Amino acid sequence: MRKIKEFVIEQSLLTSALITIAVTFGIVAVLGFEAVIFFSEVSIIDFFTDTQWTPLFTDKHYGILPLLSGTLLTSFIAISVALPVGLSISIYLSEYAPTSFRKTIKPLLELLAAVPTVVYGFFALIVVTPFLQSIYPNLSGFNALSAGIVMGIMIIPFVSSISEDALHAVPHSLREASFGMGSTRLQTAFKVVVPAASSGIIVSIILAISRAIGETMIVAIAAGQQPRLTLDPTVPVETITAYIVQVSLGDVQHGSIEYRTIFAAGITLFAFTFLLNTISYRIRKKYQARYE
Amino acid sequence: MKKIVLLVALAFVALACGEKKENKETKTTTELSGTIKVDGSSTVFPITEAVAEEFRTAQPKVKVTIGVSGTGGGFKKFSRGETNLSNASRPIKDKEKKACAENNINYLELEVAYDGLAVLVNPENDWVDSFTVEELKKIWEPAAQGKIMKWNQIRPEWPNEEIHLFGPGVASGTYDYFTEAIVGKSGSSRGDFTASEDDHVLVQGIAGDKYSLGFFGLAYYAENKDKLTLIGVHNGETVVKPTLETVSNGTYRPLSRPLFVYVNSTSVKSAEVVEFVNFYIENAGELSKDVGYIPLPAENYIEQKNKFQTFVKSNN
Repeated sequence: MRKIKEFVIEQSLLTSALITIAVTFGIVAVLGFEAVIFFSEVSIIDFFTDTQWTPLFTDKHYGILPLLSGTLLTSFIAISVALPVGLSISIYLSEYAPTSFRKTIKPLLELLAAVPTVVYGFFALIVVTPFLQSIYPNLSGFNALSAGIVMGIMIIPFVSSISEDALHAVPHSLREASFGMGSTRLQTAFKVVVPAASSGIIVSIILAISRAIGETMIVAIAAGQQPRLTLDPTVPVETITAYIVQVSLGDVQHGSIEYRTIFAAGITLFAFTFLLNTISYRIRKKYQARYE
Repeated sequence: MKKIVLLVALAFVALACGEKKENKETKTTTELSGTIKVDGSSTVFPITEAVAEEFRTAQPKVKVTIGVSGTGGGFKKFSRGETNLSNASRPIKDKEKKACAENNINYLELEVAYDGLAVLVNPENDWVDSFTVEELKKIWEPAAQGKIMKWNQIRPEWPNEEIHLFGPGVASGTYDYFTEAIVGKSGSSRGDFTASEDDHVLVQGIAGDKYSLGFFGLAYYAENKDKLTLIGVHNGETVVKPTLETVSNGTYRPLSRPLFVYVNSTSVKSAEVVEFVNFYIENAGELSKDVGYIPLPAENYIEQKNKFQTFVKSNN
């Protein structure tokens, strides 16, 4: 009897694990299948070299670069905000803040990640953009800058929380040795603890970038819907995710080449986030081996 | 105290019940059934659909099917007697009239609403006073893609700044209509502009950008007058701004047009079609506004209704 019970439990656990993997493979398969049909009609060289993306209009161009530049531009702005802020927070919490303070402030920071992204999107459009326009009047109503900044705020907890864990995991003996050599707290933090935890910090940054690249709602609302190959953060751009939303909500005919563009865009996006996650996994493994 | 609250609550419940009963009684006076077939223009479709939806509450047993074969496709079926009503975004052509005559189809043309398109810029834009159709074509035609990027390419005295374009997406009837009126071919335009089916996005975009230019249905401008500046379009004689008046009297060319519904004489023999068309004329004003069009002046609806009633009488 007990054996049967054990068997059932074991199998059901295995099944749930397999379902997760199967879903991932299913998504990849669907993306790949539709993308293959897309690339049989559109040359893959055009896809990566053409500088215009206008599959829904008369003069059709299928160059992913404008969407890619939009995605990378907003993500870059987001990281430029999240990295210094997130890292400062994590160093303060780990090296300076008293334990009780750390224990209250950390969950509060993680609340930032709990705000629905659609709220962030409207925050960017209705609060941040007008504020930036009062400083820089030529800023467009939709722009990469305000979407990027707000996305940066959203991913602060990704950076601060994981980096803080990494910093906190640095053995005390290292800090004590540093103090023993006569270093100040600041010197210890930046010259000993941060380098020792660097792999964990890098993982946090990569995960944050991955999150920023895949973010949809904020950029769809605040960054605009015009594919444009530019690095100018003041004009409307369109990201890969925003394009997919736009086409999915429109009434593009299923099975048409316009419809398949979203799979080609989707698989490009997937390739990026997959690559980033793999790198972060590798680094994390290396990091775990170091202090155990 | 509690008792009073309870009493008031009870009174409300009683009132509410009474009202419901009354409604029911008026509605069930004549319950009709049957199927009404409508086909034709996709531009008129939203109005007819809205009317049909409202009609369903009044006459739940009447089924209204609405196709979207386009105005021409709709008239083809209409002239063969396959449909009861035909949606049209232009008056019937001579060729189609002949086809109807060959099949002994008599029909009546009813105007139901106007469609007007507004061309808009940011309120801080102080250089544009009007556009000609040629200028709009130069901005929006497919050949402009990646080439016409700055304001001074349209008129040399305008600023040397990038022009940011906003317009409805390709799924929108407004887009079809604008491209047809301006570029000359429906569905043909440049692709490098902010395209959204959501008019709020366009309003936000134009309102927040000094160098923007966009277009959408006039109804939406009316809701956002303080955030946008309406630009007049040269109609060949003079510059006209779209208003309820210039759209309804046709001087706002070519970005306005009347929308029609055609009904044939055999259909008005059945009570449900007569009821539906009457309902249509009565509610088209309000419902057309809801779906983004411009209602006819109230007296025109009365005129349409009289026209329809004479038509019904002469065919029964």
